[in-house]
Amino acid sequence: MTARISRWPGIELRAADLLEGKVTQTRFRPDAKYAWSAGEAMSRFLQELQNGRFIARTCHKCERILFPPRMFCEECFRPTDEWTFIQDTGTIETFSVSYLDTDAKRIVEPILVGVVSLDGASSKMGMMHYFGEMTKDEIRIGMRVKAEWKPPADRRGSVLDIRYFRPVREGER
Amino acid sequence: MTKVGVIGAGMTLFRRRLQETGKEMCFEATKMALDSAGLTRADVNMVVCGTAPDAFDGVAMKGEYLLDGSGGYRKPYTRVFTGGGTGVFSTIAGWWHVASGLADVVLVVNEEKMSSCQPHPQSVFANIWDPILDRPLKPNLVWIFAMEMNRYMTVYGVKKEDIARVAVKNKRNAVGHPCAQLADPNITVDDVLKSEVMAWPVQRLDISPPSDGASAVILASEDFIRKRRIKDRAWISGVGWCIDSTMWTDRDLVFPEYVARAAKHAYKMAKIDEPRRQIDFAEPYDPFDYKELHHLEGLLLADKGEAPVLTREGVTERDGKLPVCPSGGLLGVGNPIAATMGMKIGELFWQLTGQAGKRQIPHEVHTGVSQAWGDLMQYGSVVVMKG
Repeated sequence: MTARISRWPGIELRAADLLEGKVTQTRFRPDAKYAWSAGEAMSRFLQELQNGRFIARTCHKCERILFPPRMFCEECFRPTDEWTFIQDTGTIETFSVSYLDTDAKRIVEPILVGVVSLDGASSKMGMMHYFGEMTKDEIRIGMRVKAEWKPPADRRGSVLDIRYFRPVREGER
Repeated sequence: MTKVGVIGAGMTLFRRRLQETGKEMCFEATKMALDSAGLTRADVNMVVCGTAPDAFDGVAMKGEYLLDGSGGYRKPYTRVFTGGGTGVFSTIAGWWHVASGLADVVLVVNEEKMSSCQPHPQSVFANIWDPILDRPLKPNLVWIFAMEMNRYMTVYGVKKEDIARVAVKNKRNAVGHPCAQLADPNITVDDVLKSEVMAWPVQRLDISPPSDGASAVILASEDFIRKRRIKDRAWISGVGWCIDSTMWTDRDLVFPEYVARAAKHAYKMAKIDEPRRQIDFAEPYDPFDYKELHHLEGLLLADKGEAPVLTREGVTERDGKLPVCPSGGLLGVGNPIAATMGMKIGELFWQLTGQAGKRQIPHEVHTGVSQAWGDLMQYGSVVVMKG
């Protein structure tokens, strides 16, 4: 290349070139709407969230307790066998303190978010969620947490039926 | 199986915004690759195009849209996409066209035009999350990296300053790259540590931001290379690719098992049983600084948790024992997803044929490995090349 090629193609544009209309451009905003069927496993999972509990599926072959639940085991490649409830307590596996919202816009109050492995499921199996009732300086990997559920009347069958995971209080297990 | 060599490469500038359309960028990179190999489009039997989700360009069936610029007009043509892994995977797809004996010459063209998506392609990245489990939480893609980086740092007790060294090294290496968007000869570890916190532990200078760009490589059979008496060639001696489940909350993020599996496959093919001794330099995927470390461990070029130590000791500098990302990588050159092939496959070719100019590794190198990574922290693609 580099030794032999003298011209590197590409004409750089600045943000101002777009904003000031110096560049010919066309615009388009897609209008696509989706309705996802939750499927067999996730429908039951969401329904149980309304009851304030987590449900998993077991695979008798690899003996794993699979969470989030699924109707087939990707490892053994066979249908899973039974529904089983697991706990709403767990351990923070990892987390982030985010100053970005979903569109990468900056926010002042950071979002505490991370992965919780849930008690009763196979090792390291869990879900992503928010953390609350702790500061960005208190949160740490390995912390024991419990789901803080919305009041039953406010639950809609969504992961948002959990407000966040908060530190396990004394006497709780 | 037919022996396959890389005989040409080309790429455009990588910039936040380029005036050229995706097709025009593909044409420029492809023409450069053909010219550098002394070939014309008539010599090309088949074409592989690699490009990430249609939504970045806002054109559905983007592969077909890019066809003309990629030299694929009225030829057997396939678009492949394996997330960020495409940067290396498209070459693997090109390789099997030739290795199988189906084609003598294959063009591989990768493109990304992320600036079309306004105001920021982040809104498209958000669509990779699971619609039921993850998306109600309004996730940002940077969260993935932040969570993986934190797990890596915490389990091995890695300091942020040792991770920042990767960004410094790569942005400095990129100073010698004519296409670089993010080269900085004066950047320091302190600059990285003081840059804006985006999603802790990820800060602004830990990340390679979105870019526009295209790259192309030409693959040919041993027969063709011999008949045409092509001198500048680097042989593809091993390929491997592997994917883990999208259920990423079900595995320990501390180690990229899928990269290790892909690497083992490629090494076995290349008859490499001691990668640390037999591989002279590496171009692992570095969209974030910690990813280079993570991937060096996945590529079995460092023990678990050891990559930050090697970096601190200067082993991975361009003049070190194991130069890593001598191109400047994604952190230094830019991150137009699939088009990063220019620094992964392109750089291996240029280094192994002594054409890397200011970036040339000062000591002799015979074997290099490149790797790309993508999807929901689940995809690894690996190519080993020999001079």
